[in-house]
Amino acid sequence: MARTTAIPVNARRWMGVSLLLALTIALFGGLFDAPAAHAADCTPDATTGCVQGVIKTSDGEPAEGIEVTLTGGGEDQSVRTDAAGRWVFAVTAAGDYTVAVTESSLPEGQFFKSAGSRTVTVQLNNQASALFPLSDEKSAEQSGDGPKADGGSDKQASGGASWGRFWQQFVSGIRMGLLIALASLGLSLVFGTTGLSNFAQGEMVTMGGLLAAGFMTLTGNLWLAGLLAVVISAAFGWAQDKVLWKPLRRRRLSLMQLMIVSIGLSITMQYLFQFFWGSGVVRIDKATAATTSLLGVTLTTQSWVAMGISLLAIVGVGLGLMYTRFGRATRAISDNPALAQASGIDVDRVINIVWIVGAGLAGLAGVFLGLVFNGLNWFTGGQLLLMFFAAVTLGGLGTAFGAFVGSMIIGMMVELTNIWLPGDLKYATALLLLILILLVRPQGIFGRKERIG
Amino acid sequence: MDFWTGLLQGILQTALSPTTAAFALAAIGLNVHFGFTGLMNMGQAGFMLVGAYGFGVSVTLGAGFWVGIAVAIGAAVLFALILGIPTLKLRGDYLAIVTISAAEIVRMVVKLAALQDITGGPSGIPGQKYRPVFTELSPLPEGRTNILGLDYANTGVDDWWTRIVAWGLVLFFLLVTWLLMRSPWGRVLKGIREDEDAVRSLGKSGFAYKLQALILGGLIGALGGIVMALPSAMQPDSMGRPTTFNLWMIVLLGGAATIFGPLLGSILFFVVRLVLTGFASEFIPSTVLNNQQTEQLAWVLIGISLILLVVFRPQGILGNKKELSFNV
Repeated sequence: MARTTAIPVNARRWMGVSLLLALTIALFGGLFDAPAAHAADCTPDATTGCVQGVIKTSDGEPAEGIEVTLTGGGEDQSVRTDAAGRWVFAVTAAGDYTVAVTESSLPEGQFFKSAGSRTVTVQLNNQASALFPLSDEKSAEQSGDGPKADGGSDKQASGGASWGRFWQQFVSGIRMGLLIALASLGLSLVFGTTGLSNFAQGEMVTMGGLLAAGFMTLTGNLWLAGLLAVVISAAFGWAQDKVLWKPLRRRRLSLMQLMIVSIGLSITMQYLFQFFWGSGVVRIDKATAATTSLLGVTLTTQSWVAMGISLLAIVGVGLGLMYTRFGRATRAISDNPALAQASGIDVDRVINIVWIVGAGLAGLAGVFLGLVFNGLNWFTGGQLLLMFFAAVTLGGLGTAFGAFVGSMIIGMMVELTNIWLPGDLKYATALLLLILILLVRPQGIFGRKERIG
Repeated sequence: MDFWTGLLQGILQTALSPTTAAFALAAIGLNVHFGFTGLMNMGQAGFMLVGAYGFGVSVTLGAGFWVGIAVAIGAAVLFALILGIPTLKLRGDYLAIVTISAAEIVRMVVKLAALQDITGGPSGIPGQKYRPVFTELSPLPEGRTNILGLDYANTGVDDWWTRIVAWGLVLFFLLVTWLLMRSPWGRVLKGIREDEDAVRSLGKSGFAYKLQALILGGLIGALGGIVMALPSAMQPDSMGRPTTFNLWMIVLLGGAATIFGPLLGSILFFVVRLVLTGFASEFIPSTVLNNQQTEQLAWVLIGISLILLVVFRPQGILGNKKELSFNV
């Protein structure tokens, strides 16, 4: 925990950099306000395509007077929803348009459930629609790419970064870091023992979440569903090693080939998810989540529980690595597989167990991601994959403690840059950090120099 | 009968389409990286994106065609330098992680809603904003031409002019790689792939050669990005991670370290996918599999064949197993 106290200093240096970046972007971006017209009717014909939708508040009432804008393809239109919550745009060219809801025009206490802006493909002589579900709780809108809402009840200067906002994001950063740590521990352990950079780690995370959603509809009990999902994820890790990775190690495939195999596996799994679960957002717990305030930070109760369990699991794995026979064997293999084998360690068995534990933790991360961000889709894990890599590389490839510290730093970066930079850049800054680290200290914080070829 | 003639026509159309040429170009570039030099570039789509947007943005801001091309090439060279200088001294899998991250960063930045005025944000730049400077260079007469049942406008949106230029570029760069790889410069590259220490002991700077290879391959990729954007529109998400993985599939399928491998690979990649989805939509009732599901299953198949290819025939169709070394 000594590490985490050092982070604000670190983060402050980043703040300076990000603030500069934000200014540059603001200069470039400019503001485009269009006069708001009233929702008119639109009939699709050979030269017209329509984009439309209805916005309802979280209790199902139509929301009037919300400003909706449409941009793209030379169009820049803006309307307000009518008494039935309806909005319509007419466009004269087919193509992709971005429809966005102006956040400040939402009724008080209403937030986006997912994204506040969507890209729709419009065809002439046809209608397209976009949905903007609203929710009455703030944390619900984090699963999308949409910009974040400023604090709900307390009035803040727009764009300003108050201490409260910082604190809230800081705790969200810890939450994000713990979730990333769960997933990257497995990545790091597998890399340490076998040298494989597993590009399918993200899909193991997604699978955990999707399985939990499936079991939730079957059993109705969240704890049971989560447990089953983790168990099946772990079993999948076992099977993956037995069926795929162990035979490939036997064939003496090079690490590069193994890496491409994992890319193939990741593509296969992503589209199997789409095939079975569709490409939309899958929610594990459909009930409106309760929130709890602790130390001035409001998160869903599930988030707090998830953070607690994650911390327990990570500490458990860390202690196991340090003090058990099996943990020592794992570290011995990371150091020198040949020597470990020669001194009587059953390398294949240890690697197999590492896969089971790693996959189980990844599955758990998926369950928590689905709960914390109120739903996940087939690409949730894939999107985070580079965060896992960044975390593992930052801490030093192949060291478990490094993976944990790296994850916390990455999680913090992701959430804190969110205060000053647009939400769509939050992953970019973490990746930039990864590249900078590789530039200055390629072995990571805790890595040893000789690991690098 | 209609189905078969339609399928044949579709195959011919796909094999000749500018998209296929664009992927062939980017794959030629990736082949210079991976096949000949042994660099694990997992961000080739980033080079395509940098090239396409370098061209598109400068043209929409009022530059001419050649200035746009120059900006695109300059951007790709810069991108290669930024990527290469820190990472080419590191082990192969670091290069892979850095290139994939850099490509994602570029995509996220281009996609920024705040840059809507310049890059068009998530919806990209529509074709009509940058295409005119290209079409006005066309020497072809007005009208349409029908060759082998393929009917396109001579000059227009999805036209013969784009196809001629696209495939001309492919042929040109096939020739360039062929000439380069039998030159002393190419031999040093292959030497680096086989054993960098040996090359260094002969007094050649492995780093400089690797950087030159990264720049050359990236530049070809950038041109591929422009070709891909010319007949349609520019969209950040069309040049993301899946595109890079497809390019790897293409290079490995055709045969890395061969001259014609990328060309064969990209034609096969698109044609086989077309045939599979064509058959599925014709013979499998849509109640069992709808179009979207067929598309998803085609992707599943791509993933599985990538695994099988790497495990059982890493040299691809044309390759020679001795020529291919996956270092590390």
